[in-house]
Amino acid sequence: MTIQDDPLRTATVSFGGIAKEVSLALVPEATVGDYVIVHVGFAISKLDEEAARRTLELIAELNGRGVRGKRQEARDKGEGK
Amino acid sequence: MKYVDEYRDRVLAAALAERIRATVTRPWTIMELCGGQTHAIVRFGLDELLPAELTLVHGPGCPVCVTPVALIEQAIVLASLPHVIFCSFGDMLRVPGLRGDLFGVKATGGDVRIIYSPLDALALARANPDREVVCFAVGFETTAPAWAMAVKQAKALGLTNFSLLVAHVLVPPAMEAILSSPHNRVQGFLAAGHVCTVMGYEEYEDLARRYRVPIVVTGFEPIDILEGVAMLVRQLEDGRSVVENQYTRSVRREGNLDAQAVVGEVFEHAPRTWRGIGEIPRSGLQIRPAYADFDATVRFRDVLAQSGSVGEEDPECQSGLVLQGLLKPPDCPAFATRCMPERPLGAPMVSSEGACAAYYRYRRDAGQGVKEARGARQT
Repeated sequence: MTIQDDPLRTATVSFGGIAKEVSLALVPEATVGDYVIVHVGFAISKLDEEAARRTLELIAELNGRGVRGKRQEARDKGEGK
Repeated sequence: MKYVDEYRDRVLAAALAERIRATVTRPWTIMELCGGQTHAIVRFGLDELLPAELTLVHGPGCPVCVTPVALIEQAIVLASLPHVIFCSFGDMLRVPGLRGDLFGVKATGGDVRIIYSPLDALALARANPDREVVCFAVGFETTAPAWAMAVKQAKALGLTNFSLLVAHVLVPPAMEAILSSPHNRVQGFLAAGHVCTVMGYEEYEDLARRYRVPIVVTGFEPIDILEGVAMLVRQLEDGRSVVENQYTRSVRREGNLDAQAVVGEVFEHAPRTWRGIGEIPRSGLQIRPAYADFDATVRFRDVLAQSGSVGEEDPECQSGLVLQGLLKPPDCPAFATRCMPERPLGAPMVSSEGACAAYYRYRRDAGQGVKEARGARQT
């Protein structure tokens, strides 16, 4: 991500490799290297990476060993194809 | 893509579905409010992972779908003017008015442009100073800051050829209309993560308290939606009714204050007619008098008054029931027979967030199976 010095704080944001121009005017806290959520050309939030990780970890933990077991199974099946 | 793929993990989804099955003891009806969530549910078959006790109904969260025919008629009138460049998000073009749609206007020579961002329209206005650029500003709270920023920027640039035909709607008044209806069967809501990213969820706390209805602010990926359902079911089973936030990676309780400030500067609340539901007080946005130069209904007052743009919906279209969660698209007699994306009776069949479009795209062949399965469940 690069940020220009204009009233709309125009930035180049990579969407899984595709670069698009996005206004960061509504997320003054966002800086180069952050993940942002974009809607119709405007970033509306800076993604809280810590919260994103916590959500996934919590779900994985709640399901304990069963999840890891199934994950391994799924991987085995994937390799079989 | 990072922070997307992880939330589509099959194993985690199956584990969450298992947790929901283990929690549910009674039948519950829950509504997702956002059309983006509706599409994810139908596309990934999330409803089929859930236990039979849970009924997911689709809510009014598709701004294109709830735009009344009278406003579409106004759009068609303005788009047909020779000096106008009319800008709209793509899915609005196929929505039927009384005498055709915006695609029809384009086909007969009207200058109708599909835009992805209000900034595209602003660029067109700068590049075409001798033309009037009119934008169909359609959306929920998520989209309003973008239009407000475009208007502010147009004013700062001194543009005199840029205006909005505003069809903006707000979610909480629609929830209240659903909850206060005598036909309501919704017992809990998945609130829309991106609307709440902008607005926060303090307003929802008031609704949860007054109507004793649990609300979970939820994201859009399969894992988000299943976790939102799990949190909602836990509350329902425990007899609690509070607001919880599943989408913590984007939503703070107070929302995005910068975005709220710009919306409040440019727009004010107004009564709004919702397609198939009727007028709901303070459920829409209109441009404040200070920005009246950018309001297409002020700028083109005479043209619109002459055209007498009023309109009724096609009487065969049951979109009002669909948008209130009272009818599932495959149960509509016109679904996939007299109503199809190429010849829609109503907007939900053609909008990218419309419930009818989601079922047509992902479930058309399974339509009969869905009906049979539901019949079997009830017996």
